[in-house]
Amino acid sequence: MNFLPLWRYQNQLIDGAIVTLELTVIAALFGLLIGIAGAVALKGRIKSLRWLVRGYIELFRNTPSLIQIFIVFFVLPTFGLKLPAFEAASVALSLYFGAYSVEIIRSGLDSIPNSQVEAGHCLGLSGWQVFRHIVLPPALRNAYPAVTSQFVLLLLGTSLASQVAADELFHVAGFIESRTYRSFEVYAVICVVYFAMAMSFKALFALVGAAAFRWPRRR
Amino acid sequence: MALVEIRDVHKKFGRVDVLKGVSLDVEEGEIVTIIGRSGSGKSTLLRCINALESVDAGEIRVEGQKVYAGMPDLKKFRQHVGIVFQAFNLFPHLKVERNITLAPLLTGRIDKAKARALALDVLTRVGLADKIDAWPEQLSGGQQQRVAIARCLAMAPHLMLFDEVTSALDPELVGEVLKVMEAMAKQGMTMILVTHEMGFARNVADRIVFMHQGRVWEQGPPAKLFANPETSELASFIASAK
Amino acid sequence: MRSFSLIDLVSLFAALRWTVVLVVLALAFGAPLALGLAMGRISRFAGLRWAMAGIIQVVQSVPLLGLLFFFYFGMPVFLGIHVPALVAVTVAYTLYTAAFLGEIWRGGLEAVKLAQWEAGSCLGLSLWQQFRHIIAPQALRLSLPPTVGFLVQLIKGTSLASILGFVELARAGQVVSAATFQPLLTYALVAAIYFALCLPLTLWSRSLEARLDGSR
Repeated sequence: MNFLPLWRYQNQLIDGAIVTLELTVIAALFGLLIGIAGAVALKGRIKSLRWLVRGYIELFRNTPSLIQIFIVFFVLPTFGLKLPAFEAASVALSLYFGAYSVEIIRSGLDSIPNSQVEAGHCLGLSGWQVFRHIVLPPALRNAYPAVTSQFVLLLLGTSLASQVAADELFHVAGFIESRTYRSFEVYAVICVVYFAMAMSFKALFALVGAAAFRWPRRR
Repeated sequence: MALVEIRDVHKKFGRVDVLKGVSLDVEEGEIVTIIGRSGSGKSTLLRCINALESVDAGEIRVEGQKVYAGMPDLKKFRQHVGIVFQAFNLFPHLKVERNITLAPLLTGRIDKAKARALALDVLTRVGLADKIDAWPEQLSGGQQQRVAIARCLAMAPHLMLFDEVTSALDPELVGEVLKVMEAMAKQGMTMILVTHEMGFARNVADRIVFMHQGRVWEQGPPAKLFANPETSELASFIASAK
Repeated sequence: MRSFSLIDLVSLFAALRWTVVLVVLALAFGAPLALGLAMGRISRFAGLRWAMAGIIQVVQSVPLLGLLFFFYFGMPVFLGIHVPALVAVTVAYTLYTAAFLGEIWRGGLEAVKLAQWEAGSCLGLSLWQQFRHIIAPQALRLSLPPTVGFLVQLIKGTSLASILGFVELARAGQVVSAATFQPLLTYALVAAIYFALCLPLTLWSRSLEARLDGSR
């Protein structure tokens, strides 16, 4: 076991970690947008749209993320849409995260009892005011744990983008391995880096959650 | 003209006839208590007055204005009609002050500078001025219900509806809520209550309305109604409520 | 280059065998370990609770792909002997399964009210009897939906073994795709096979969940 040969690759590691973070944040943002739109569609009146969203959710939740990345990267070009690796991985991971987000957001909104909505209307508030001030804050709190743990899974899941040679952390690992032949050491270090990132996010989310949701829980 | 005019109101839930031609007037300043067995339609009637449910036939007018779910100015209308629920329905994520000032601020009734004073004023009226900075979850059921009443009072309603507001409370907490309602009655607030508290109905109400099978079965001043019920249904209801 | 033929289809389905083998091995070794982790997490001994929590936290904070590579390359280093790839991969999937199932089952155990343990001890049952006859059955019922849900994650997760050269479903897809230059058809088929495996489990998990909600 010898970790010393890896030392000179620290810049590559840092660059890889940054790309991993970029990929995670991009997929999380677009995924959440998809999630919000999907949750709205599921609550909406258009039946065909509801079915479309249901189909999307099932399709993306019941097939491996790796295959989804392959399809975006290898199959879309046959339709004339050739995306670079990073962009392809972003699209695939956004769609994957979105499929989970729809359900999380929907159940967050559903967790607010109708009596709260009624109480808001009875005070003369408009539909939007009721949503913004009465439904949304507690719904966010209820969805928060699921969203954040899904975010961490997404962070770890971006490692799959290495398989289409996106320049994220895991792909950097392959590059260093090919230069140093220190396979075990490289992947041990990579695991530690992912672990550190995941724990940092968990700690950050805990702090943000504690600051944002201060009202006492229902007894 | 009565403040509330209910004319031959019918309401169905699916196939169940809940209201079968209810007519009732409530004058300004009057305290009307609706009693009756569960399923007699009394809560539904209350919800119709606030347009939480729309009627199938007949009409309800409040201050001369026809009330229904899609009415124009529904929001404005509801600002003038307060309703207190059995389950308090305070907003758990807002402190007591914000629970009270949210609607007055959002509807433009008051500005920010006066908000806290308003909250303090209505809280004083329900005896909870010291809880202005508490979270709802930190309060007892009775206190939560009094905050819910204060929240309505902050809208300066012309009419207050109470839907079994003491039913979810522990027995020892019922008294404090009733006391607040009694004080409001003395100040001349028009109130329609659905309640199981016969003592309160007897002592505070100007008029008792006994509902049975979706109809107003019998009504009158409490002394007369409790002493000499005209119908056997009311007699047996009074006997069972004792 | 050749066209997509029956043989390609057969090779995809044949590769399913490895997908199944990996899932079965991961469950066979991972489930007992998960039970140990879950019980350790609710133990009276703080040290044990922390240790188990730590193990779960570490495994859940590392990519599955990282776990696979770590053991694939690491086991020979640790043990000093050549280790068959299947063993290394099984160790990784076992840990992965143990951590996630352990956490799910801990949730189930903790959801059973303390009064149930007390009621058991009032009847004169030993701690093990309380667990075995009173707590575990209730906890199992509560944690069955997420357990089935995790099974879907595990099936999808076996696709990563392809990266280490296992010719399971995903890898077979890559091979066939490269040989036939028909990525669309091949990957659509691969996705469809995974979908056919996972969807029934997802639906089952959801109906279990709905039944639980209904009985509450």
